[in-house]
Amino acid sequence: MNNRQSALLRIMELEFAAIDLNLFLDTHPDDSCALTDFAAVSQELMKAKAEFEARYGPLMNFGFGLNQGNTWRWIESPWPWEVNFNDCKPYGEE
Amino acid sequence: MWIYEKKLEYPARVSSTNPRLAKDVITQYGGPDGELAASLRYLTQRYTMPIPQAKAVLTDIGTEELAHMEIVATLVYNLIRNATVEQIKAAGLDPYYADHDKALYFVNAAGAPWTATYIQSKGDPIADLHEDMAAEQKARATYEYLINLSDDPDVTDTLRFLREREIVHFQRFGETLNLVHDWMSSKKVFY
Ligand SMILES: [Fe+2]
Repeated sequence: MNNRQSALLRIMELEFAAIDLNLFLDTHPDDSCALTDFAAVSQELMKAKAEFEARYGPLMNFGFGLNQGNTWRWIESPWPWEVNFNDCKPYGEE
Repeated sequence: MWIYEKKLEYPARVSSTNPRLAKDVITQYGGPDGELAASLRYLTQRYTMPIPQAKAVLTDIGTEELAHMEIVATLVYNLIRNATVEQIKAAGLDPYYADHDKALYFVNAAGAPWTATYIQSKGDPIADLHEDMAAEQKARATYEYLINLSDDPDVTDTLRFLREREIVHFQRFGETLNLVHDWMSSKKVFY
């Protein structure tokens, strides 16, 4: 796996934790343990995304990225269906 | 509104070209218990939910299902991307190829196109949440059948993740149903 892929995997792990905690909080909105976990995960996630976007271009469009002066990279491959986590190359370049 | 994020929720790994497996997995893209049906069902039922927790659960699970639709599409795309016409014929995927080449289209495993009749939006929160809980169990069962049919350990890993999410969604919908029952009894409305 290359650096971009491991950075992306880290974001996927953190964001999955945030998604799952978010769903739990939908039905337990005042669970203080879950709120604390969510705050911690979300802070880590924002940090990981800022580092990723500075290096590899925006993860989100429509102004939701951090606008690190590389918005032109939005259209760059690999798109999510082109990432091959099994080896170092995107699927398209095999 | 919705914002697109340029990443999958979970890695969709495929170890080799396998049009036979793609033909089965595509049912979770456009089949009766697939991810398109799930996301559209929840996102259209949310408008008439009576309590804040239910509006949030349907919005958030409906959104997560869109991410699952993208994972299933990625599996199918990469299972057929390099297939030869001979392989496609041998797998019985030639009727699909005739209409769609290797493009993604919303069909079930037998090739029938997606239809809105797969879902309901009843306006009655008890009826809708029961449908949603059943939908999660049907999706879980489908993922189990697909795992039985899979001969690709990487695809199986992704199918296991998706199966697990249906169990979590079922749990959240069950909690939501209880909250709606509490809300109704506090309003002295009995069903
Ligand atoms: Fe689900």
